Amino acid sequence: MKLRIFFLLALLLALPGIALAKTFNAETFTLQNGMQVVVIPNHRAPVVSHMVWYKFGGADAKPGESGIAHFLEHLMFKGTQKVPEGQFSLIVKKLGGNENAFTTHDYTAFYQDIARDHLEKVMEMEADRMKNLVLTDEQVASERQVVIEERHQRVDNTPQSKFQEQMMAALFVNHPYAIPVLGWLQEMKEMTREEALDYYHKWYQPNNAILIVAGDITAAELKPLAEKYYGLIPAQAVPERVRPRPAPIIVEHQLIMEDPRVGQPVVMKVYRVPRGNDAMDLLSEIFGGTTTARLYKDLVVDQKLAVNAASDYDPISLNDTTFTIYATPTPGTSLQALEVAIDKEIATLLDRGVTLEELKGARTRALATFTYYRDSLQGPALLFGRALCSGFDIDYLENRADRLEKITIDDVNDAADTVFRSPDLPVTGVMLPAEPAKMPPRSAAPKPAAPAPAKQGEKQP
Amino acid sequence: MIRILALLLFVFISVPAFAAKGKVLDVQVIKAPPGAEAWLVEDHTVPVISLTFSFEGGLAYDPDDKPGTGHLVSLLLDEGAGDMTSQEYQGKLEDNAINESFTAGRDAFYGSISTLSANRDLAFGLISLALTKPRFDQDAIDRMKNTAMSEIKKDLGDPSWLVARTFNGMLFEGHYYAKPGYGTLDSIASITRKDLQDYVAAQFARNVLKVSIAGDITKDEAEKAIDKIFGSLPEKADPLNVTDAQVKYGGKIILLPLDTPQTFISAGEPGIKHSDKDWHAAMVMNYILGGSSFDARLMKEIREKRGLTYGVYSMLSSTTHAGIIQVNMSASNDKVEEALRLMKESWTQMAKDGPTQEEFQNAKSYLTGALPLELTSTGEIANAMNSLQRDDMGPNYINNRNNIINALTIEDIKRVAAKLLKADNLSIVLVGKPKNINVDILLDKPPGMGAAKAP
Repeated sequence: MKLRIFFLLALLLALPGIALAKTFNAETFTLQNGMQVVVIPNHRAPVVSHMVWYKFGGADAKPGESGIAHFLEHLMFKGTQKVPEGQFSLIVKKLGGNENAFTTHDYTAFYQDIARDHLEKVMEMEADRMKNLVLTDEQVASERQVVIEERHQRVDNTPQSKFQEQMMAALFVNHPYAIPVLGWLQEMKEMTREEALDYYHKWYQPNNAILIVAGDITAAELKPLAEKYYGLIPAQAVPERVRPRPAPIIVEHQLIMEDPRVGQPVVMKVYRVPRGNDAMDLLSEIFGGTTTARLYKDLVVDQKLAVNAASDYDPISLNDTTFTIYATPTPGTSLQALEVAIDKEIATLLDRGVTLEELKGARTRALATFTYYRDSLQGPALLFGRALCSGFDIDYLENRADRLEKITIDDVNDAADTVFRSPDLPVTGVMLPAEPAKMPPRSAAPKPAAPAPAKQGEKQP
Repeated sequence: MIRILALLLFVFISVPAFAAKGKVLDVQVIKAPPGAEAWLVEDHTVPVISLTFSFEGGLAYDPDDKPGTGHLVSLLLDEGAGDMTSQEYQGKLEDNAINESFTAGRDAFYGSISTLSANRDLAFGLISLALTKPRFDQDAIDRMKNTAMSEIKKDLGDPSWLVARTFNGMLFEGHYYAKPGYGTLDSIASITRKDLQDYVAAQFARNVLKVSIAGDITKDEAEKAIDKIFGSLPEKADPLNVTDAQVKYGGKIILLPLDTPQTFISAGEPGIKHSDKDWHAAMVMNYILGGSSFDARLMKEIREKRGLTYGVYSMLSSTTHAGIIQVNMSASNDKVEEALRLMKESWTQMAKDGPTQEEFQNAKSYLTGALPLELTSTGEIANAMNSLQRDDMGPNYINNRNNIINALTIEDIKRVAAKLLKADNLSIVLVGKPKNINVDILLDKPPGMGAAKAP
């Protein structure tokens, strides 16, 4: 229901009458087979970022087949008859390009950043592997080991990542966001060539894909190439992405992890909330987005209960998303005291609402973020890919600045109600250091996990 | 390559400010306060400006018994300056969407700022205050000490941090490079306000300053800005008496036990510095051995053929007082033995035979072709320029680099491979529970971290 209202609003705001400033000036068209194409011009340098996004992610796998979408992404590098194993990457590299791929719950994407002169070659190869993937059992067996090692490296080695998986599982009961994109280890071990190919044939279709090219090119220039390489691939019926609704959370969950490798206790409170809510975006910024926001100012600077305290909301998601509050206590502060302080902040917010000053500051930063995005080639392309694969349209991004201008204090306060007075109760997570002796035996340890929040800051240990 | 699960991680890959045809970047050397050096790349496409600067010195200015002093300074410079308290200063940055960051590196103290060009004067005024009038209020010091100690506690449970700490602590033993840059729990606790002020007074001076600016600003405006920010700094930094580091524990296997499913592996030996005439040959050789390509030998042998690891990469690390060639990977505990053996075999084979003609051509083709992609947003251009300034490469290097690479012969690569790669001389650091490994040195805690114990 809320989503519908949101869309209606977006639509109304997008109506003509006021000349809306488009932030990115993206152009779009659709090929005859139904493949959507988006061009984001950026003529500063003779380079492009070429991406193909499939509306198929970890949350589209059948129960019991977790990890298969991410596994298929890896297998897409195993070659076709025309471009055998190893050649795709080799050719991109020889042309001075960089390539990569990634998978989330809602999509799988492949990209190459390359000189504009070589765009046609990568389009030819990407279109080829949309239809002509060839896999042997040996390739599948060795790549399965690679993704298992990837899981170990990203998740199983760090308590924080394992905990993250458990939090998602508690928040999204009855919904596939509860299942990690990398897969549960016991199911990953059983992934087969046939399963992977089955998903490939079902979902990797032009009418289920989006081509995004950012950089030194226009829609008029790209169109003939897109028609030549992607346009000839016949459309094929694709399953609907029917996802069960997450179950209500009517009891308060508290997840506790004690691990000798958690050096620093952390408390987090996570709410399951609607996606695509601009006011909620600003709310998160006001409540805990910066070091002058409420959580940091009150808990860290004034009350000295926390080392850090922040909130986070990501509006782009196909289904519900999360609003997260997290804090690290100062030495000598109990987690209980910190939780009480967080709850008090929430109560004050609900009681008195946000101020105009706060709203203005949050809006300024949100608008500036989009200008900083434009300072980059790939940034806008990633933004469009994520949004379009999550069921938003181009205007959702292009008109965001205009929508933000119209958001009122009441809108933000309503968003606070939506988050904190939701009938779905939050899930609280607590991570605590444990003495090695207290560590549960390996066999009793929870299975695995969720995608590691891949924040790999460069450090100089 | 890394096939990341994308989560919310946005990698901003953007476009350089392109100059005349055939030029990669149009770098202007502009006027700087006496003793300093400043470069500019002008680009008015997007109303954003990025500025990066560095003061040479870094870790060497941390007192021996107080590692982490520079790091604490980096956390505190934006925590109040001049008349502004921490909250007031942060508020100004946030209300105007100005991004400021400081890093205490091994060889230099770095700062960077990015701003919308409309807020230029305010942004430059704020950073000038931070550098010349930092307050170091006790309240802010206590808060940032908590932050620093909280980070250390977290790091001590993180295998990728532990392997890097052990690598630096052991291979550079006896040299100041071995010091933990983020400090220890004890050292952070002992640092005083005066230590922080001394650190700033010793290092923040014009004779060790390099500045670079990229983006929506003219030469005239940039020169004025630089004078405003840095003009009042002292002329000279305190002199340092430091020597090059000698790599220790060649041929040894060092283990820090940790209860994890995988072992994290870092191995290294003496490499080459950016200033060496063979640097570019070494760069090509490294790309073939363990660079970013799936076709790199290490990746092919250890991941692609056998699935023993998610990723294995070699790299050249060039710092002021050491050149290192290094390899990093992680593998399940029962696969470490095989992964290490294959790594050493690749090392030895490259030393013996060098690359094939095809590998050589492919490497040159990639390294020259990808240059524009490596210079991304205005921030990355500013950072790249700063690093060239620090390495004394000159403003035109970026436009000549591809010519240097294209002039290399396969004999150059073979010669450098034979000179650098000595598999039996690698110092190998393991963090995990590896099976069937003969360990030479068994640690019970990460080096340099004092009483703090690894779990």
